[in-house]
Formats: sequence, C-alpha cells, structure tokens
Amino acid sequence: MTLRAPPPLIGTAGVEVVADRRKVLLGGGLVLGFAFAAVKAHARSTDQRVNNAGAQPVSNKDVADVAGAGFVGFKPDAFIRISPQNQVTLIIPNVEMGQGIYTGECMLIAEELEVGLDQVAVVPAPPDEALYKQPLLQFQGTGGSTSIRGAWEPLRKAGAAARVMLIQAAAQGWGVNPAECHAERAQVLHLASGRFATYGQLVNAASRIPKPQQVALKDPSQFKLIGKPAPRIDTPAKVNGTAMYGIDIMVPGMKFAVVANCPVLGGTLAGVDDSAAKAIPGVLQTVRLPNAVAVIGEHFWAAKQGLDACRISWNPGANAKLGSPALWADMARVAQAGPGAVAVQQGDVAGAYKGAKKQVEAVYRQPFLCHAPMEPQAAVVHVTGGGAEIWAGTQVPSRAQAFAAKVLGVAPEKVIIHNQLIGGGFGRKLETDYIEQACAIAKQCPYPVKMVWTREEDMQHDNYRPMYLDRISAGLDADGRPVSWSHRVAGASVTARYAPPGMKPNGVDPDAVEDAAEPVYGVFPNMLVDFVQWHPPAGVVVSWWRGVGPTHNIFVVESFVDELAHAVGKDPVAYRRDLLRNVPRARAVLDRAAQAAGWGSPLPARTGRGVIVQKCFGSYIAAVVEAAVSDEGDVTLRKITTAVDCGLTVNPTLVRQQLEGGILFGLTAALWQGITLKDGRVEQSNFNDYRMLRINETPPIDVIHMSTANPPGGIGETGTTAAAPALTNAIFAATGVRIRELPIDRALLKKGAKPQGAAVLAPLGVAAAAALAQGLAAKAAEGEP
Amino acid sequence: MVAIVLNVNGQMRQAEVPPDMPLLWVLRDVLGLTGTKYGCGIAQCGACTVHVDGRPVRSCVLPVSAVGNAAVTTVEAVGQTPAGAKTQKAWLELEVVQCGYCQSGQVMSAAALLARTPSPTDADIDIAMAGNICRCGTYPRIREAIKRAAKS
Ligand code: FES
Ligand code: FES
Repeated sequence: MTLRAPPPLIGTAGVEVVADRRKVLLGGGLVLGFAFAAVKAHARSTDQRVNNAGAQPVSNKDVADVAGAGFVGFKPDAFIRISPQNQVTLIIPNVEMGQGIYTGECMLIAEELEVGLDQVAVVPAPPDEALYKQPLLQFQGTGGSTSIRGAWEPLRKAGAAARVMLIQAAAQGWGVNPAECHAERAQVLHLASGRFATYGQLVNAASRIPKPQQVALKDPSQFKLIGKPAPRIDTPAKVNGTAMYGIDIMVPGMKFAVVANCPVLGGTLAGVDDSAAKAIPGVLQTVRLPNAVAVIGEHFWAAKQGLDACRISWNPGANAKLGSPALWADMARVAQAGPGAVAVQQGDVAGAYKGAKKQVEAVYRQPFLCHAPMEPQAAVVHVTGGGAEIWAGTQVPSRAQAFAAKVLGVAPEKVIIHNQLIGGGFGRKLETDYIEQACAIAKQCPYPVKMVWTREEDMQHDNYRPMYLDRISAGLDADGRPVSWSHRVAGASVTARYAPPGMKPNGVDPDAVEDAAEPVYGVFPNMLVDFVQWHPPAGVVVSWWRGVGPTHNIFVVESFVDELAHAVGKDPVAYRRDLLRNVPRARAVLDRAAQAAGWGSPLPARTGRGVIVQKCFGSYIAAVVEAAVSDEGDVTLRKITTAVDCGLTVNPTLVRQQLEGGILFGLTAALWQGITLKDGRVEQSNFNDYRMLRINETPPIDVIHMSTANPPGGIGETGTTAAAPALTNAIFAATGVRIRELPIDRALLKKGAKPQGAAVLAPLGVAAAAALAQGLAAKAAEGEP
Repeated sequence: MVAIVLNVNGQMRQAEVPPDMPLLWVLRDVLGLTGTKYGCGIAQCGACTVHVDGRPVRSCVLPVSAVGNAAVTTVEAVGQTPAGAKTQKAWLELEVVQCGYCQSGQVMSAAALLARTPSPTDADIDIAMAGNICRCGTYPRIREAIKRAAKS
C-alpha cells in the first residue's frame, strides 16, 4: 500500500500547501482514489471483484521497489528513497492503525529533508529487524506509545543527513561553497548565482557523497512543519472507500474462509460432518485444524452458510467447566499466598503503617477485556511453491513473518508480508494468531484464501487483557500525606508470555507494575510494591491492550489517592496538589484541567466531578470527568476536560485525536466491558452484549494542549489510562459510592443501595504483605531464586 | 443461486448469488466494492451502511433479493451527491478520521441525514448516528463535522 500525493500545486510553506491541495482536490471532484493514486493497479483479470475494487495493492511491488535492494536512486538510509524523477518516498517504520503515525513520522523526516508533505509517498516498512527495530521496544513493532519517542531523533537525523549530502552534491557540481546553498521543497538552491537543482537531478552525485557522521538538527524555533496541525495524509482515502485494510484485499482466484474455533478455550476438534455444507451452492471445501474448522467458499456468505451447516463435535478438554468465579477465587488465593516479587521496597512499611495517624486499605478488581477493533481479524494468504505471500495488517511485521514461516514450514525469507492499513489495533495486532491460522488453512488449499473471522470469533477467541487483583494500603500522617504505601499487584503476565526476556530476574513483570512502582507522586518514604504472577489455565491467553500496564495501575492508584483525600476530608485536587509539590509538570496540568473543568463550582444533585493526574509513556496528563448518576443507577457522562503536557509536539491534531479517542476507549470499558467465562466459553459475542459507547452517550471533550520544550512523550494510550478512575472518582463525588471493580456495577449506584461487590473483599494486611516480601528478599539474599 | 441485476452507483451490475445473501457480501465479495465494511453482521455497528433509494440501510442484514430495482449507493460514489460531497469535505476539514474503518458507514449515515435534514439539531444527529459505532472514539468530531457540512 502506498500513499502518494499529487505534484505540488503552489507555494512553499508546507502546511498551507497541503491544506490547499485538499481544497483543490475536493473542489475538483478528484476525491476518489487520489491518495492511493500511486498504488499500482493490478493487472486486469477476468475477476469482476478485482477489477471493480479500484486501485489494488495486490503485489505491493511498490514496497519491494523502494525498500528493496533493487531501488535505483538515492537511498542514504532505511527510510528515504529519492528517484531520478524526483519522487521522494519515505519508508515509515511504524504501522498506521489510526494514530496518524504515517503523518507524524513523515513530518519528522520531511522537516529536515526539506520536502513538503505533499511531495512524498509513503510505504510501510517491510519485515526487517536490522533496519526497523523500534528503539524503545527493541523489536520491529508498533505499540506502547513509543513511536514518536523512538523516531524523534533517528528520523530527523536521517532527513538532515540526506539533505546535507544533497546540498554537498549540488555545491560540488556548481563549484560553490555548500554553506552558500540551501534546500527547499526537494530542491537545492544557490541564490547568489540563481542556480537550482531538484533532488532527483542530484541522486547520482549525492550517492557518491559519504554519509556525514554528525549532523546538526534544527532548533525547534526553526521548525516549519513540526508542531503544526498538518492535515493527515491517510484520511482522504478513508472517507471515500478507497483505503484498503487487510480485510479488503482481493487477489485473483481468491476464495474465502470462515472459521469456527473450538468454543471452549483450549479445546480441540473431535470431528466434523460437512455433508450438509457441501450441498450449499458456493461451498468449496472444509479444512480441519487441530482446534478449528474452516469452510471455504466463493464468498464469505457461502462459507458462513457452509460452516453453519456443519455438524461439529469438540473435545472441550480441561476447561470444560471453567468459569469466571473460579478464576477470581484462584487468583485471590494466589495473590494472598504470594510470595510477591519485589518491584520497589524501601523503608519500614509495616512499622510506618502501624505508627500512622490513619490507615486506609482497599482491593480493586479489573476484568479480562477484549480488543474488538472495528476491523475483525482477517488475512489473505497465497501459498506458492516453497513460500507464501501474505496480505494483512500487523503491528509486528517480522514476528508475523517468523511465525507464519513456522506454520508453513518454510524459511522466514520465503514469506512475503504485505502490511496493510489496520482498522483499529489497540494491541490486537501485536498478536499473530489470525495470520498463523490463515496460513494453516491456506496450506490445505490450491488457491489464495482470505480468512475473515466473524465478530463472534473475534470476541470469543481474542487474547485478552489480563484480569487484575490489586490490594493496596497506606498509612497517613497528621497532614494526610502517605508515610507508608503498600501495593500488591496480582495478575497474569503478558510479558512472560509475549516477550519473556523482558521479565526481571526476580519475577517482576515490569508491565504489570508500570506506574504502580513509580507513581506520578514519586516514591513514598516507606514503600513496597510487589507482583504475584497468576497463571491462567492453558487456552486462556493474555495480551497487550491499549494503555498496557498503566491502564490497570492508574485505575488503582488514582482511585486510591482519591480514597485517601476523602479519608482525611480534603478536596481531591488540593490533596493531589500537595502530593505533587515537587512535580511541577504534573501540578501544571492538574491546575489547568481543574480550572478549565470548573472544579469546585456547584453541580446538580447526584452529579459529580472526578479528577486524575498521571505520568505515563513520558507524558503528563490530568483529566476531569463530570458525570451524573440517576436514582436507578444509570451513569450519564456530561463533560470531559483534560490537560496534556507531552513535551515537544509533532502534530497537535494527532495529540487531540488520540486524547479524545483514548479517553472514550477507556470510558467504554469502564462503563460496560468485561469478558467472562462460563463452561470454558466466553459469554460475550458481539456488540449487543459487549457494549460500545455511542455518539448520543458521548459528552463534549475539551483537550488543553500545553506545549513544553521537554522531549516528546507518547500519546496514543494516555487517554485510555486516564479514563476509568476519573469516571469512578466522579461517581463517588456524585453518590458516595466507591467503585472498586470494573466494569461499573449499576446496581451499586441505585439510590439507597448497600455497598457490595469488590468493596467487601478483605484487603491483605499490609504487615502480611511486607512479611511475605521480606521473606522473599531474605531468600534472594541467601542466593535462592 | 439466482442471477440478479443490481443498480449500484448508477451502473447495472450482475451477480449470481443466493437470494438470501446479504447485500454487504454481494457488494464486497462479488462486485469488489470493499469500501462498505463488515463490523458485526447483526445491524449493531453501522459499518456496512449504504443508501437504498437514498435511505441509509445496514447492508449486512438486507437480503440482496429485497433490493429489487432500488438504487444502491455506496461510499465509493456518495461523493457524487451534494450531501455526500459536503460530508466528506467536512470530515477532512475537521480531521474526524482515525483508523477509518467505521468511517465509510459514518459518512453514509451522515450524508443521508444531511440529505433529508439540511440543518440537523444535536438530537437529530444523535438519532441518525447512534447506530454507527466508532471504536477510535471520533464521535465529538463527527458531530462537529455534520454541523460544518450543514453550514457549507
Ligand atoms: S456490519 Fe452491518 S451493522 Fe455492523
Ligand atoms: S475511526 Fe476507527 S473505528 Fe472509527
């Protein structure tokens, strides 16, 4: 898939040109297909579905052409390609899944390369760990709100080095001092002599210039593009139906697969009688996998009808009677028994707790969550002699390549991955299960196959955000400040499953304690944070979900800090301000959000404001949610205010979009979402029983963007981490009911309802927790594992 | 299987399909019009919204045999209608779109709203758009973009 803008129309100031380009294109009726104009039209086939789908990224030859070894032109590094025709193509290391990274990373390169956003084409990076390893993640992937933080220097340096080489090439040719030349809109100019050359004219000469080891980057005051709300480059194709996602790929001769995975997680296929399916017109064949059945048809509908007509029997296996209450009980047992792996320990936690003026304890529970991106899982696989071509959206191209190769029994380099736009990631496409399954199916078929999961499969066979059980306690001094802090996190470890080398040697999963071990308030004087890994039954798989560790921990910490404020009769904003007296960036966003939200101004009955402040992914954010609770317990969102300091900003539009969308994503989960199991099966199946927030339930959102000169912070997940505690704190303000378990149980919010649920779970005594941890520390000191 | 003729985006298109096959899959898998998206298959998300004689319908639950001679318009051609063009323009000006997967359906629902209610109120927007889920949370911008389009 390639995005390419048309030739420049006017002017030299990048932002304005891009804005005008859109106007012109829209006014001129050229909306259809413009952004994908460069996608090579697939050779016409007799297949009307292929011909009519418009521009087809079938071969993705563009990626091979520009990212491959055969590219002819100037290729100073992994990211920049300039052809003799002056076509600038940027190879974008991160994947576009809605967060706007194609635009953001283009801006980083274009700023220093001195090209307009309207002058560049974009291709996604092919699988290549050596060239495209994400500097923070240390593998080729997009996630953890790391893209801009990782790309900020390398991509600008790439642009700057290329520009220096192009200028030097021109200056040499003209016999002038490079310092007298400058670059602008893909040209080098020597104003003194009136000479200029396009980058395309310089590709050969520039290719002979050694790459400079050191390049000076622009001072932020010189930025032309960075910091401006440049229009997104991926969106025109997304409003006229021409954007292609993995699920949209059409390959000549392709057939469609619809899948039933064993409904009991971890179960296997016993047998299938497909005689009725075979009688359905359009059904081609049945594919048996160890844990699933796929029916192949001429189209999705035939395959689906065929699958529904199959009589399938399953071996449910060990999870046949598994249910959520048993999982919670098991996790509670494990959490209590410990031992906990220590993430932070200092001071005398138990002693300070005992001696404190006031003691507060609480237990919080958070459910399994499914990702449910709008685009259900899909992949197209064409198995060819000795290898395969795969078209799918993935956040981890090289991992997908390696895992697909394993299924296919071929070397990774025999598998070509054509990465596609992603219709919502949220962590789902860090997994490769859908690609692996499509490979397993296609392996048994004599034609290319597009596997499409129904929404029901997507929801019932996801890898889920872990359930968490957090026990937390604090001792407060006479001023209400915590002098003792103890927090035990229990849950399944995503790191241990997905990236085992990321585990600490002592058993701490850094993701599971992120922002619990280092709260925004800093480390408390006597503090213990430990982690107990719970092992879910085989077949129940946990995964990264938007906001990763911080989504879970900020709910706990910011709910609990709210509890502390109320326990000592202090205003939640004033209480946090005091704790943040040495954290000026956090205090600044808190003050700004509180002021803009009208904190402290009167509200109607059963209406309240909840506040949170957080530092995560390198950004500081405060949020205020205003919500009303009816006498029946229904929650209405009235207003959301958030202030963000994410340091230097590449594109403020993207920051706002991510904050808005991230908050709504988190509120949706808090209000309605939890995956539960009964008899080993996921009880939820589609949007009717796994509710999504809708437009009529969405309040106005005010995002206050406080630009600072700090290094850029991540933004894609920060709204999500902020959402739930801001809402439940607002509910407490409105009703006096403390929500300690998600999703929010409306029965607790009915007027006059008695507190129940998570609130009555016995907290683990802080002394017991400390003793357990100390026991572990003593063991470690003795050299035991 | 029956041979049917559909009026799609002003063209007569032929397909050999079962009469109960939802229009969505005829558009996507037989005619290759993949701009119309599959999200839920049970009329819950609106990703599959198309216009049938100008009315927004969920094509995932509309049997193709029920379309008859009616004119089907998909997102690929809605820009040729005044309301569709206004909608797409406002969508870009207000930067509504994130992943974009729901936006075909959002644009179709909004264009149908604007065609019959040129100056919609917030309540009109709620009613017309509540059937379209956006997982990326673009709702506040959708609301503003509809208002912008109404003014243009
Ligand atoms: S796919 Fe038709 S409403 Fe969701
Ligand atoms: S833009 Fe991603 S689902 Fe709406």
